[in-house]
Amino acid sequence: MVRPKRNRRIYISPDFKGFSPIGAINKSSVVIMSFDEYEAIRLADYELLHQKDAALRMSISRPTFSRIYESARRKVAQAFVTGASIVFEGGKIYFDSNWFLCEDCNAWFNSHEHDVSKIYCALCESKKTLRFSDIEFESDTSYLSCPKCKRTACLKEKKQKIACPDCKIELQ
Amino acid sequence: MKVAITSVGNTVDSSVDSRFGRCSFFALYDTESGNVEFVENNEKNAIEGAGPAAAQFVASFGVQKVISGEFGQKVKAIFDQLKIQLIVIQDEKTVADIIKML
Repeated sequence: MVRPKRNRRIYISPDFKGFSPIGAINKSSVVIMSFDEYEAIRLADYELLHQKDAALRMSISRPTFSRIYESARRKVAQAFVTGASIVFEGGKIYFDSNWFLCEDCNAWFNSHEHDVSKIYCALCESKKTLRFSDIEFESDTSYLSCPKCKRTACLKEKKQKIACPDCKIELQ
Repeated sequence: MKVAITSVGNTVDSSVDSRFGRCSFFALYDTESGNVEFVENNEKNAIEGAGPAAAQFVASFGVQKVISGEFGQKVKAIFDQLKIQLIVIQDEKTVADIIKML
C-alpha cells in the first residue's frame, strides 16, 4: 500500500470556480485543476517565491511541490491549446487559518483574516492578541516555541518572556 | 450575526459544554435581535461521527461563530471550509457570561 498523501496547506482559496474560453467550439471539454495545483501556480508565478519557500508554505517537500507545479502547468497548457475550460475542484488540502490567543479573556479563536492589524478578539473585541502558527515561514517575524507541545508563537516585537498557555512552560 | 454556543442545559444560566460533538444543547444567539434559542443535539449519544454530524447541523442554521471548550480535527476542517470562526473557552463560564461578552 502506498503512503498516504500529506495534507497541502492552502493560504488563499480562489473566489471563483474556474475559467472558460471565449467562443469555444468544443464546450464540453473540461480540465479539472485541484486546489493544491492552483496554490502552486499562485505561489510560484504570482508571488514569485522560490520552490523551497513555496513548499514550506504548503507544508510539503520541495520535490512534491515541483511535481504539483509541473502538473498544474501542463493542465493550464492543455486548457489553452484545446480550448477546454478549467474547473477548480478537490485535492488533499486544508485551508489555512491561524490561531490566536486573547490576552484579556484567555480564549482561543481562529481567523481567516491575513492582515494581522485587522485582528481583534472574536469574543471581547480586545486588540491584545497573540498569534500562533504550526509552521515558521515569514522572515519578518520572530518565533518562540514551547519545548513540550511544540506550539509556535509569532512575535512582531521581541518580548522577553511568554509562557505556553497550555503547558505553562516558558517559550524558548 | 448568529453565534452558536455549546451548552449543558437549556437555560441561559447553564454552563458552556466543554465538548462540541457530544454536547447536550446548542444555544443559538442572534446578536442583532438578542434572541437566544436552544436546540437539542441529536448526536449526543451517537456511537461514531458525532462531531462532523453536529458541525453540519450547526452550520445549517447559518451561524458565523461557534463557541465551545474543545473542537476535534474533523470538526475544525469542516468549519475551516465553511469559513466559520471557532472560539475555544478555557475558563468555566455560563452561556449568559458569553452573551454579555459578545
